[in-house]
Amino acid sequence: MINLTIDGREIQAEEGSTILQAARNNGIEIPTLCYHDELTASGACRLCSVEIKKGKRTRIVTSCIYQVEEGLTVTTHSERVMNVRRLVLQLLMARCPGSEVIRELADTMGVEPQERFQLDEDKGKCILCRQCVEVCEQVVGVSAIGFLNRGADKSVGTPFMEPSGVCIGCGACAYVCPTGHITMEESDGGEERVIWGKTFKMVACKECGRYFAPQEQLEYIGKKTGVPLDKLYTCVNCR
Amino acid sequence: MARINNLQDLNKRREQGIASLFPLKTKVMVGEATCGLATGAGLVHNALAEEIEKQKLDIILSKTGCIGMCYREPLVDVIESNRPRLTYSRLAPKNVPAFLNQILEGNHKSRKPYCRIDEDIFIGNGETRRYFSGALPDDLGKISLMSEIDFYEKQVRIATRNCGYIDPDNIDEYIARGGYFSLHKALSTMQPEEIIEEIIKAGLRGRGGGGFPTGYKWQSCRRAHGEVKYVICNGDEGDPGAYMDRSVMEGDPHGVIEGMIIGAYAIGAHEGYIYVRDEYPFAVSALSLAISQARECGLLGENILDSGFSFDIQIGKGAGAFVCGESTALMASLEGRAGEPRAKYVHTVEHGLKDRPTNLNNVETWANVPVIVGRGSEWFSEIGIENNAGTKVFSLVGNIRNVGLIEVPMGITLREIIYDIGGGIPKGKQFKAVQTGGPSGGCIPKEMLDLPVSFDELSKAGSMMGSGGMIVMDETSCMVDVARYFLRFLESESCGKCVPCREGVYRMRQILDDICAGRGKEGDVQLLESMSEAIIDGSLCALGGSAPNPVLSTIKSFRDEYDAHIRDKKCPAGVCKELA
Amino acid sequence: MNEVSISEDTIKTIVEKYHGEKSALISILQDVQKEYAFLPKDALSLLSEEMEVPLSRVYEVSTFYNSFSLVPRGRHVIEVCAGTACHVKGGPKLRSRLEAELNIECGETTEDRMFTLEEVRCLGCCSLAPVVKIDSDIYAYLEEDKIPGSLENYRKERRQSGEN
Repeated sequence: MINLTIDGREIQAEEGSTILQAARNNGIEIPTLCYHDELTASGACRLCSVEIKKGKRTRIVTSCIYQVEEGLTVTTHSERVMNVRRLVLQLLMARCPGSEVIRELADTMGVEPQERFQLDEDKGKCILCRQCVEVCEQVVGVSAIGFLNRGADKSVGTPFMEPSGVCIGCGACAYVCPTGHITMEESDGGEERVIWGKTFKMVACKECGRYFAPQEQLEYIGKKTGVPLDKLYTCVNCR
Repeated sequence: MARINNLQDLNKRREQGIASLFPLKTKVMVGEATCGLATGAGLVHNALAEEIEKQKLDIILSKTGCIGMCYREPLVDVIESNRPRLTYSRLAPKNVPAFLNQILEGNHKSRKPYCRIDEDIFIGNGETRRYFSGALPDDLGKISLMSEIDFYEKQVRIATRNCGYIDPDNIDEYIARGGYFSLHKALSTMQPEEIIEEIIKAGLRGRGGGGFPTGYKWQSCRRAHGEVKYVICNGDEGDPGAYMDRSVMEGDPHGVIEGMIIGAYAIGAHEGYIYVRDEYPFAVSALSLAISQARECGLLGENILDSGFSFDIQIGKGAGAFVCGESTALMASLEGRAGEPRAKYVHTVEHGLKDRPTNLNNVETWANVPVIVGRGSEWFSEIGIENNAGTKVFSLVGNIRNVGLIEVPMGITLREIIYDIGGGIPKGKQFKAVQTGGPSGGCIPKEMLDLPVSFDELSKAGSMMGSGGMIVMDETSCMVDVARYFLRFLESESCGKCVPCREGVYRMRQILDDICAGRGKEGDVQLLESMSEAIIDGSLCALGGSAPNPVLSTIKSFRDEYDAHIRDKKCPAGVCKELA
Repeated sequence: MNEVSISEDTIKTIVEKYHGEKSALISILQDVQKEYAFLPKDALSLLSEEMEVPLSRVYEVSTFYNSFSLVPRGRHVIEVCAGTACHVKGGPKLRSRLEAELNIECGETTEDRMFTLEEVRCLGCCSLAPVVKIDSDIYAYLEEDKIPGSLENYRKERRQSGEN
């Protein structure tokens, strides 16, 4: 076990765990936006920044990636840290003025919009947290969506912004999206689902008749697991 | 090309190289690096070739790299048996017939030499060799020695030792000036740890801008866990205004290669990469040719110089992304991915390329290695100043008389560089600022001209050494516009991964746009300063982390210009079009 | 839009040259672009299959790096150097003049597909500022008024060579 200090409290943490994990395991709050337990931490949003001191040197690092070290002193709400968090939220509010999630987060942290930042109108609610791309690559395994361009023009989408040949319509990306930017629409009866511009025919459960998953998703699961397709035509509730 | 297996073979090639560098027949050498070619050196070369062919002259026509005197290009050198080497400048194709005539007639009727070299000093091993014996020929009494002209007097050319002296395509000429003897010394008489000790004692610091002690980096990489390790040469020189690395890669590719082989041996790596930016095609071809020559000679590949050590190098090409100069982004690029940096809490010497221990150094850093091994750490550490040993190559450009590539001992002052070497500001204008460190650096005003140039001093002054770009600005530059220029650059080069850089630099640029267009508001400067702090602290990598530097340094030293733009809606330098 | 026919063999040969190494994606894309003068959509799809790399990654790399173009470029690519030295020595004026003469903005291609105008940082010819590069020719110390003449030279060459 590693011994470190977070906000004046002496904490013990497992070697190889991050400052964020150590903090959360001990009830210490550090805000995050792009972090997800099941995905590789990218350090993209910088909201989880903390100030660390090792010997004489202090640094600002992202707690989602920085691993615990013996004797480390961590401050989760120092002035420098709050300045970073404030700017990040102000920048995101200007980038995604339509996002209630970001506005609420800023409110709870007492951050006001910076009126000097002109509001963007073309980014929707996407804060480029990267979770959608990561879940599609790391958990689902099809990499249907990815990043394009770079800098402030960077965005997420399917190649050429056309319906993807490999998307299975599982909706994992919409599920992890923290702001609701990714929309998944279902028709009234539920027989169709549209996501990233592609229309999926949904399969109805053999038992209860409820439409529950796209045909492509079940075929994909069948291929990956070897489970015969007809066994997969029963929804989770009825199994 | 015959394989070089031992010292005897090396010496044989050295003799061939000496014969080529100091020929019995008359030799004409054209400076054909990228900037030489851009001023027409290629056309001069062709004109010379045609004329030599036409008149069936017994003259050797050769080429060389950038000797640094870019302000006088195209440069053509003439080496005649038992005569000083003569440099002619600003030669045009139409001057060629008369020029060749005067060589045959033995006079200077059509063109006087710009300078001469009596004795060549091989920095690599300390040897000297005169171009002639006896007294100086009468007709050359009034021609200055190259080493004594203002531009060169204060220079010490270590990393650029061969640029302008050898044909980069001729490995024998490289060997003749001491090349590959350091490699032989390292492989046959030194243990890897000894070599690392030497680099540590020499005090070599990363020349790419970081200034991290090279020896310690090598040591960490050597000690890291893992069978497979890599060495990388960062040739992604992206700072606008900097072309030092390009000149070394084009003019002395073997200097880089030899450094890398020595480093790889010291670290325990058997694979190396040279990452060259896409915008440097001549550097890529010079390096490719040098690598294949080295392979043919057995200096790359299996069992180098019979030592049992094997090592080879591949070239990786950039594709137009400044951020790939950042080490983790460069490695991502070499892995076939987008050049997005990652957190460096775990150093790349432990987990780098393909997650393996990787030692990355800049072109100039590698080019210093053979000389340190050959001349010794003590010799090197005596050049420069405390904690900043050796020299630094700078590209001295902008509003300066003598534009070109210089290499000076650390500790020289900015004033000496700009006025003694650079010849001061042309067209009767006044010095205003010198920008160093590229987009990560800052602008230094005239009050700080007596600053000694070193990693530590420049950082203290709010700038940084950076890769070596030194852009001199006169009164026709608007410092607010300069800050905006750098923000625009970084905005377009940001990888876009982290919020502070992607969004913060964009917003700072918008505010600068406003200021330059007369839409600046009271409080803008304070806002820029507070944003800067958060961006420096919050950014994922050094691109964002140093992006605010040009803004902060111009606010510090040229606050009155910001005030004029914001309060009076005026641009004192007369640059911002939408203002007075 | 992109009426280029992509030869599967050409793509396979390029991939084989690099032993199908995923890490060679950038070099492979550079070779493909050299072959077709840009990166056609079908070529990228073929690459994704051949190399077993997700198309989303091929697309990400193609759009991340400045060297790549997903649309056909002009016959001549004009690169205005926007490096610092060129900036302080009149580079912006050259850019404006070129935009005016060609009637396009930086990043665009003329209607007759003759010229593509791009900004590049930096060419490493800082001693020759301000610099403009057209194909592989570098124009050093370029003066604004020399621009119409230089452009006309390329147009003349085209007319003389008899192509449309």
